[in-house]
Amino acid sequence: MSERLTRFFASRWGIVLAGAAIGILAPLLQKAGNPPNMGICVACFERDIAGGLGLHRATAVQYLRPEIAAFVLGSTIAALLFREFKPRAGSAPLVRFILGVFAMIGALVFLGCPWRALLRLAGGDGNAILALAGLATGIAIGVWFLRQGYSLGRNHPVSPAAGWIMPALMVGLLLLLLFRPQFSEGGPIFFSTSGPGSLHAPVAISLGAGLVIGFLAQRTRFCTMGSIRDVILMGDTHLISGVGALLVVAFVVNLLLGQFHPGFAAQPVAHSNHLWNFLGMALAGLAFALAGGCPGRQLFLAGEGDGDAGIFVLGMIVGAGFAHNFALAGVPDKVVEGVLQVGGPGPYGQAAVILGLLVCVLLGFTMRERAA
Amino acid sequence: MQTVDARGLSCPEPVLRTRNALRRLPSGEELEVLVDTVTSRENVLRMAQKEGCQVTVEETPEGFRLRIRKP
Repeated sequence: MSERLTRFFASRWGIVLAGAAIGILAPLLQKAGNPPNMGICVACFERDIAGGLGLHRATAVQYLRPEIAAFVLGSTIAALLFREFKPRAGSAPLVRFILGVFAMIGALVFLGCPWRALLRLAGGDGNAILALAGLATGIAIGVWFLRQGYSLGRNHPVSPAAGWIMPALMVGLLLLLLFRPQFSEGGPIFFSTSGPGSLHAPVAISLGAGLVIGFLAQRTRFCTMGSIRDVILMGDTHLISGVGALLVVAFVVNLLLGQFHPGFAAQPVAHSNHLWNFLGMALAGLAFALAGGCPGRQLFLAGEGDGDAGIFVLGMIVGAGFAHNFALAGVPDKVVEGVLQVGGPGPYGQAAVILGLLVCVLLGFTMRERAA
Repeated sequence: MQTVDARGLSCPEPVLRTRNALRRLPSGEELEVLVDTVTSRENVLRMAQKEGCQVTVEETPEGFRLRIRKP
């Protein structure tokens, strides 16, 4: 039975089912209270967690999003049930941490991860087209490096305790969310009272949806970056059929729920600075490709006991702290007295994207597997 | 028999190294691929079958051994 289920989940139908499930749950999470066109956003949600913990003090984006913990724990449950929980680590961890930092910086310049780019597109936000083009470009550069022999080297089995760190941290985050301790006057733990951080579905709904997605994504190896990478690298369409299902189903559900609003300007929690939507996601795409997985996939791997994925996730959370403390993140479009002010990153954010691209290119050229 | 040791490698390296080895392999010859996760096993198996190869999979203490015969 377990073998038959494993084969189903590994099949095209399995990943299409996973994509369709995400395409239903994400718009429903938005309907239940998550921000517009942000039913799920791994980057934004990890940024909100960074805010909740006080790693940055941007008051509009502080909330310990339970979806992130649920993704990891749903994956842990799946991995345990199907005997795939495999504590492992040791593949260039510091490099992966830095890749996580820059992936987050790139994503926050666009104001979304690849998951949110797809959901924004499904919600009518045309800026996601530039973002997805940038993402594909960054991934293509990563593919070129992979073809040249780029490698972060091998991981190795580690003792069980090491594999349980990320699931345990996620349980810790959920406890902080549920019990709302205040470690000093005013926080942390911080909870936004306005802005996107104050918009969230009820915890039980976020948890339930996240656990289902974490489970399905672990079983099907769902990966938005990998979907594009595999098409470029090998002409393989297995992963992208899941992503396609997500996009089509989310679009239909958005139409049914009245959540489809086509356009470029002043889209919710978004900007229409085309160049930086493209470049921000090019950086993110390149970083994800060099790290071997999209931000969702890194969470699911972390849930399986992969410490290298775990360190990438922690890099993303720390990167979010830097992004808001150092004014690197993109600023949404504003309409002031009927006039559109196009948002985007300020000078520090632009410099950070350029720096990130240079660092990733350097890593791409220099990281190779070393003989023991 | 040539062996591709893909144990411990991140996606997509197991598939990439196997594909490169298959390209260099003469027709009718066999290749052995070692992986240590179910994911890598699935990915390598899918790629090899797509290339028209015959594949057998056996469990090992560390994961799986795939024997791939090039058509």
